[in-house]
Amino acid sequence: MSKKVLIADDEQNIVISVEFLMRREGFEVSVAHDGEAALERIRADKPDLVLLDVMMPKKNGFDVCQEVRADPAYAGTRILMLTARGRDTEVAKGLALGADGYMTKPFSTKDLVDKVRELLG
Amino acid sequence: MAASGAGEASPVLQSPIVIGASAVYLALLFAVAYWGDKRADEGRSVIANPTIYALSMAVYCTTWTYYGSVGRAAVTGVGFLPIYLGPTLVMALGGFLLLKMIRTAKANRITSIADFIASRYGKSQLLGGLVTVIAVIGIVPYIALQLKAVASSYDLIVGYPALKAVVESNEPVLADTTFWIALILAAFTILFGTRHLDATERHEGMVAAVALESVVKLLAFGAVGLFVTYGLYDGFGDVFARALADERLAKLTAVAAGNRSYATWFSLTFLAGLAILFLPRQFQVTVVENVSEAHLKRAIWLFPLYLLLINLFVLPIALGGLMRFAGQGVDADTFVLTLPMAAQQEWLALLVFVGGLSAATGMVIVETIALSTMVCNDLVMPLLLRARALALHAEHDLSGLLLRIRRGAIVVILLLGYLYFRLAGDAYALVGIGLISFSAVAQFAPAMIGGMYWRGGTRDGALAGLLAGFAVWAYTLLLPSFSKSGWMPASFVSDGLFGIELLKPHQLFGLTGLDDISHCLFWSLAANVGAYIAVSLMRAPTAAEASQATQFVDALKTTRPVGSALWRGSADAAELIALVGRFLGPARAQTAFAAYARRHDIADVANLEADADLVHYAESLLAGAIGSASARAMVASVAKEEPLSLGEVMNILDEASQLRSYSRELERKSRQLEDATGELKAANERLRELDRLKDDFMASVSHELRTPLTSIRAFSEILRDDPKTALQDRERFLSIIVSETERLTRLVNQILDMAKIESGNAEWLVEEVDLGGIVEQSAAATSQLFRDKNVALELDLAGGLPLLRGDRDRLMQVVINLLSNAVKFAPAGAGKVHVRLFRAQGELRVSVSDNGPGIRREDQEVIFDRFRQGGDSMTSKPTGTGLGLPISRKIVEYFSGRLWVESEPGQGASFIFSLPLQNNEGEDNA
Repeated sequence: MSKKVLIADDEQNIVISVEFLMRREGFEVSVAHDGEAALERIRADKPDLVLLDVMMPKKNGFDVCQEVRADPAYAGTRILMLTARGRDTEVAKGLALGADGYMTKPFSTKDLVDKVRELLG
Repeated sequence: MAASGAGEASPVLQSPIVIGASAVYLALLFAVAYWGDKRADEGRSVIANPTIYALSMAVYCTTWTYYGSVGRAAVTGVGFLPIYLGPTLVMALGGFLLLKMIRTAKANRITSIADFIASRYGKSQLLGGLVTVIAVIGIVPYIALQLKAVASSYDLIVGYPALKAVVESNEPVLADTTFWIALILAAFTILFGTRHLDATERHEGMVAAVALESVVKLLAFGAVGLFVTYGLYDGFGDVFARALADERLAKLTAVAAGNRSYATWFSLTFLAGLAILFLPRQFQVTVVENVSEAHLKRAIWLFPLYLLLINLFVLPIALGGLMRFAGQGVDADTFVLTLPMAAQQEWLALLVFVGGLSAATGMVIVETIALSTMVCNDLVMPLLLRARALALHAEHDLSGLLLRIRRGAIVVILLLGYLYFRLAGDAYALVGIGLISFSAVAQFAPAMIGGMYWRGGTRDGALAGLLAGFAVWAYTLLLPSFSKSGWMPASFVSDGLFGIELLKPHQLFGLTGLDDISHCLFWSLAANVGAYIAVSLMRAPTAAEASQATQFVDALKTTRPVGSALWRGSADAAELIALVGRFLGPARAQTAFAAYARRHDIADVANLEADADLVHYAESLLAGAIGSASARAMVASVAKEEPLSLGEVMNILDEASQLRSYSRELERKSRQLEDATGELKAANERLRELDRLKDDFMASVSHELRTPLTSIRAFSEILRDDPKTALQDRERFLSIIVSETERLTRLVNQILDMAKIESGNAEWLVEEVDLGGIVEQSAAATSQLFRDKNVALELDLAGGLPLLRGDRDRLMQVVINLLSNAVKFAPAGAGKVHVRLFRAQGELRVSVSDNGPGIRREDQEVIFDRFRQGGDSMTSKPTGTGLGLPISRKIVEYFSGRLWVESEPGQGASFIFSLPLQNNEGEDNA
């Protein structure tokens, strides 16, 4: 059974590119355009991996990450944060909140795919 | 002095009862004084209280005030007031002078006003002696006044119900009530002031008793005042109305009553103002007995308030007495007592008598203690010390001798007062006698005030001034008072000395038109000030004078007395201790030096080194007991001194003043430094804030740039790495790359644009523009956007509007930005955008309204910040570059206009900008 990946980002063009990459890898893909929608999808779809943008409407990525990690039911859900806010403190914050990885935009597609494989492997 | 009385004997006003009441009252005072001293010894001072301090100052109000004010008011109306206006003004305005006197006196352990003047002019024994003589001679009439008042009030009250005492001026001394009163007061004063075997300058018990007396006399006077005003009459209005109805009294209620000239008002006010500063008893309670400088703060309003209260009923009592006793020949000075007597208010009369006794004893006690200290320290001690027998290093304790001298002085002074009373007492009313004393005391003013503010004053100048002023005073006031009473030939006053017209004591050198007191004040102060300044200028101050001058003139600036710096020589500590012991008693001396040793971390008094500090300390201890001039002489007798030359003194003083100015300079510098530090901190804060803003800006820019780059890079890599991508995807990805590149370009352009405008480097092409035309062109430029989203655009442009000065392209940029925003937020299909151009309040306005979701109130300002759109910055995703509105606002503000938004959530938003017309219209019409 193929792994499930949720892409949470409000930037449509980025979603298109990442979705294309994930599907090419054979994952089952769902999409959310804001933080609340992301949480709904996580609860509904129980994805194996969430590609989580930080700056999203309604609820930012840090808060989403924190809520997911607060619920033991999703202990197995991997979270990879993708963000244009690339400061060290933010990387540290994301990891402290329980993210499994952190990638800064713009990223290399190869690195992204490698990182996703590693997390789901 | 026999009192005659007819009618029934009074149950109250009998001699035994009056004497008994007086004795009980005096015993009460004594008990208070005893308690005050005891508390002081225990270190729990009762007078460390500003109210007690202010009340003790009210020793100023003597029987003169108590009985005499009414007497004077009966003749001059409000003419009694200057005596209280002067002190009120001095207290209200002269606080700085009092503060300086107090601080100087404390720093130098000054014991009296004679000590003050002697100390200032090089610790001159001669000067101290002269001041003492002037004070004693000058104050004696004043003491006589108290004796006279107490005696005549006693005679009056025991003569009840008669309202006049029969006075026989030639009765033998031993049968004279006044003589016995003088002796009783002397004994009482001795008990008060010289009870202890410690001869220091402070008398806490006495101050406490005097404060109580001030309360008693105020209450007694207030009681009789209320009785007359509201008992005999129907209030103030009634008393004055009845007096006005009486032709002879009406003039008293006017300010110009009694034919008193302006000069008299002025000179009496001036005189009383000097008296409150320089009367020995005032100096005693205000300066010597002062516990804390902070007490002055309350005294400067409480004491004038006391004066106001005690004067409240003077006029009603005077007018009431004049009306009640018209034609009966009752002395107006006795109205306070005779009014209650005539109304058969015997208990009230007794209270009034005790109040008068209170006023008299307060004055006599403090005045004679002050004078006896002066006589002892500045007159007798220097003479005794000059007699070699005492100056030798005798082992015996002299503190007992000091007390005996003071006690003797008290008796002598009171007897002198009695003598003056016998010689001249009957010739004057109470107030007249008091003014003679005031004028004598005024002679201290030039030496005192000059000494505190002028470094150039010398001992010789002070001596000359005092002598000249005193001589004129004696000639124009004292001798005529003897002459009037027949003790000197009357021709002295009427024809002048040796019959010379120009030497007439009341019209000296032909000066007429002034009353006796103003006349004396004018000539005596002219002679005094003239001699003081002229003689002082004749030579430069000596070393001793200069060093003292500095301590007095700079009293408020110096934090550390320079006294010890000005002494050089050698001494033996044991001898110094023994010397101090002889005057203070060995036990007190040991205690004092032990305290000194502790302060200097020396374990044993025996190990004290006789350096300049110790010598100075010993001298200041002695000064407290025997005055500064004698103390100087005594220390000089046991220490081998090397006199300093004037040059050396000046060097030391210069150094001290340089140190002072250096430390002032340091203070100023450190203040500047603090200010600078504060400014630096603020600047740093601003920089941090700017830094933070810049960081935020950079983070935002970086985020805005990274977002399109992410798509571009991802799609580019996909296309590069996977040549087999479907054609459809390939075209889609390429068009995304193109549009993201455009977005990136727009962003870069706007960032640069913003930076240029903000830094002031933008180029502006300013010309006459037609705003309507600009709106139309902008609408045309954005028409494709409207068509794409199927949003309706309505233009509603007023015609015939004036041209504006502005930059066409920039203003178009603003309108296009607003239109693009509007179309972006208007709902697709049903969207409507309405543009209006109209004139309002001297400006042109353009509004762009949409029917989109509207903007929350809290976001309405935020949207004009860079990279901020509605909502939380962390969650909001910019749909534009986030720079359009900030740039538009900058442009509008460049042309002195405003750009704002009006919106209700759910009802669309209106963006409005206005541009002022004023400047433009003027050019239009030209």
